[in-house]
Amino acid sequence: MTAATAPARATGAFAPLRATGRRRAAAKLLVLAVLAAILVPLAEAHWSGGTWPDALTVDVSGPLGRASDWIIDNRDSHPLFLYFFGYISNAVVVCVHAVYLVLLAAGWAGVAAGAGLIAWKLAGFRLALTTAVAFVLCGLLGMWVPTMQTLALMVVAVLASVLVGGVLGLAAGLSDRVHRALRPILDTMQVLPAFAYLLPVVLVFGIGVPAAVLATVVYAAPPMTRLTALGLRGADEGVMEAVASLGATGRQRLLTARLPLARGELMLGVNQSIMMALSMAVIASVIGAGGLGDRVYQALASVDVGAALAAGIPIVLLAVVLDRTTAAAGERLGSGGAAGAGDGSRGAARGPGGWFRLLRGWPGWLLVAVLTVAVAAAMRLAGRQEWPGSWEVDIAEPVNRAVDWMTGHLYTGVPYIGGTADWAGHFTTWVLDPVRSGLQWLPWWSVLLVVAALAWLIGTWRTALTAVLAMAVIGVLGVWNSSLDTLSQVLAAVVVTLVLGFAVGIGAARSRRLEAVLRPVLDVLQTLPQFVYLIPVVALFGVGRAPAVAAAVVYALPAVVRITTQGVRTVDTAALEASRSLGATGGQQLRQVQLPLARPALLLAVNQGVVLVLAVVIIGGLVGGGALGYDVVFGLAQGDLATGLVAGAAIVCLGLMLDRVTQPTERRAGKEA
Amino acid sequence: MTKQTSPFANAQGARTVTLSVQSWVGAQSNVAVASYILEHELHYRVDTVQVDEVPAWDALSQGRVDAILEDWGHPDQEKRYVEDKKTIVSAGGLGVTGHIGWFVPTYFAKQHPDVTDWKNLNKYAKQLRTPESGGKGQLLDGSPSYVTNDKALVKNLHLDYQVVFAGSEAAQITQMRQFAKQHKPYLTYWYQPQWLFKKVPMTEVKLPAYKEGCDADADKVACAYPKTPLQKYLNAGFSRNGGAAARLLKKFHWTLEDQNEVSLMIADQKLSPDEAAKKWVDGHRSEWKQWLS
Repeated sequence: MTAATAPARATGAFAPLRATGRRRAAAKLLVLAVLAAILVPLAEAHWSGGTWPDALTVDVSGPLGRASDWIIDNRDSHPLFLYFFGYISNAVVVCVHAVYLVLLAAGWAGVAAGAGLIAWKLAGFRLALTTAVAFVLCGLLGMWVPTMQTLALMVVAVLASVLVGGVLGLAAGLSDRVHRALRPILDTMQVLPAFAYLLPVVLVFGIGVPAAVLATVVYAAPPMTRLTALGLRGADEGVMEAVASLGATGRQRLLTARLPLARGELMLGVNQSIMMALSMAVIASVIGAGGLGDRVYQALASVDVGAALAAGIPIVLLAVVLDRTTAAAGERLGSGGAAGAGDGSRGAARGPGGWFRLLRGWPGWLLVAVLTVAVAAAMRLAGRQEWPGSWEVDIAEPVNRAVDWMTGHLYTGVPYIGGTADWAGHFTTWVLDPVRSGLQWLPWWSVLLVVAALAWLIGTWRTALTAVLAMAVIGVLGVWNSSLDTLSQVLAAVVVTLVLGFAVGIGAARSRRLEAVLRPVLDVLQTLPQFVYLIPVVALFGVGRAPAVAAAVVYALPAVVRITTQGVRTVDTAALEASRSLGATGGQQLRQVQLPLARPALLLAVNQGVVLVLAVVIIGGLVGGGALGYDVVFGLAQGDLATGLVAGAAIVCLGLMLDRVTQPTERRAGKEA
Repeated sequence: MTKQTSPFANAQGARTVTLSVQSWVGAQSNVAVASYILEHELHYRVDTVQVDEVPAWDALSQGRVDAILEDWGHPDQEKRYVEDKKTIVSAGGLGVTGHIGWFVPTYFAKQHPDVTDWKNLNKYAKQLRTPESGGKGQLLDGSPSYVTNDKALVKNLHLDYQVVFAGSEAAQITQMRQFAKQHKPYLTYWYQPQWLFKKVPMTEVKLPAYKEGCDADADKVACAYPKTPLQKYLNAGFSRNGGAAARLLKKFHWTLEDQNEVSLMIADQKLSPDEAAKKWVDGHRSEWKQWLS
């Protein structure tokens, strides 16, 4: 997912280019300065004072309140609800119910065997074993039933996401106009914090599974759309011309050439949809989705980290298994080994022959089905369908003891370095407070100017315009001050994430062993529901903005580490060889060759760090971060559409602005899962 | 929109009741005991849905959940659903009276007895300062779903304090326990019934007395919180057709001590709600037998 192969601009051969670049930057700044010189006095004359002028705000609470009342009053009678949303809602319930019944009928052994066999078919023996073990672990943790509920929900949500995302992606892949029109919508869908649209969804559908599935689809469909469009657009020109010259019609070209050529991207899209959907499992529980997320959320109420972890681990296991399986399947498909998912009928077998070859294509799937049914039936006859309660391991208590010990010893009074509470205090007073008061002290027009300058230097005038408009919308919505508060937390968290992430990432790039040790840790950090570490974070850092920053760092770090490692490692080996032959030491190599050459990857890491940190702002609201995150949670808890949606919109605008200011390349390389 | 139940309900042909649970432990205790009796005495299957208070009202009116067992007073919702739409009916009191107030840990109140009057709070602002409260004292508030006038109170009583919202009850409890472990002073918004009082004894700070209607204007509040007899509400259809389950939930009525006993088992001894309910049910047979009559 990194763009590490882009030519490095920092090398000597490009010196003249750099000079013109500098001259152009100076010209841009000059234009801005002139604009500012004309506009700022005007603005100051009209609306003096530092923060966004009241005259330029719009109060949307009235109309939004009326909209929510209208929905509540008409929900049971208006045809729109009866014949449209009602049917969607019923369809979702029926589908989830059906999948759930199938899973229950298969029994624990049937599900574990079936999942293992499918994994074997798609990804080989090792993953089959991992998958079966993962399911057994879910049972051992006492989470079998919630796991099945979550799985049923996920199956339906992912299918819907793939369907919706695929159709949109098809349209965007074939038509430039649709592609352009969809882009901002997809951006919004991904940046808008899920909490902000839970409330409107709940208003329309009521709490429960339909709302949860729809909220999940909104979040999980965009990657499928993007990747489908990317795959269709990236079809090899030569092949397309050849197909066209054979006289194929448009539809034939699509079905026989474009779609098959895009198999790799399509599968990656499915993979990404699954990961996004799983990350919604816990958030959706806030509106009554049930399953594992609900267990995590309920454990929070009794401040029980152990129980939350016991419900969180199955989510991690599901994520790891599904990710590895679909990724492996995608690689097989993408590399042209046509056997496998979806179209086994054209199984062009390769690899070691014999009877094994027969199992490629549909006979293999038949075998999977037969074996699964056999296992399920056998267990049913033996009367062992349900997970036996005596086979459960209680991890909650030891985990709680460990967390208590850790927080008890680290919180304060550690010799020489001080406790985590002291660090949090210093961080708040020395970093967060000055940054926040600095931002809030700046006159509003100067914030716009800085944003414009940064975005223009790094991109085109369009990027600058988007960024400035995004900031202006925040002002107009009347949440200028709390947005700057959030911005200060995001900036602090991004800096910490980048410092840690670059250090660890460079270390991992230079040592295979470290990377191998890190991989499972990063997996867990990326997929563990954030609600699980809410309590430990507060226990270590107290209530406030410091734990919010800590939670954000934990969440964003893995992506930054991964991108950095990959970027530094895939640096052109010839350049490295050359520098080594010139007698450069390891440190010199790193500073003068690897890092400059990995610059595109590092910039991508910065961008992803920003986007991911912003995604955890809501969680920050749950541990005392205040500002926009708190407003969004408040909106949901109090059924206050205006507060929640406005804060959500402000987060989107912040995201848009930060993205434009940190994204030098034309297109971003997809959102990290 | 048509009424739907959860797709996980009735999965194996059992009669199902859906109860809403709010985020605090007291609410979990009510639900745990009610579900235990529903399951073991009346042979229902019970589904629980964790959801905040206002969305829970909405869900109740639509029949997504059948009952709310502990409501702290939502006049707007009552008017909309109980009086106007008649989709929700009152199911009487829970037997527990809720009370919101400001509290300091008892160890601090013993050292400085005069801290328990709001008039002296400014004297202690310096001691109650945290990095998060800036130069002022910290008044710790909790989850965004709670009823609170604290910002207005601080302003109208001219207190040198900053309201810091913990954002969730879990965060607030964790913070209080950390303070208590170190014997540090703190001032917090808190409420009864609550199991935490058994672990961290706290003393209430006296605010100007509550009078009917003194909290009518949210910006001008300068008085204490009222005492709220907690209420139960049922979905209107469930109340009519819910049979034995609806009858039980209407009769469900217990005391503050009962609820705290169960809450403490759940939150502190880390029993599962089901185990805690079983212990209480085994020990209080005469009490809940009346609910079944």
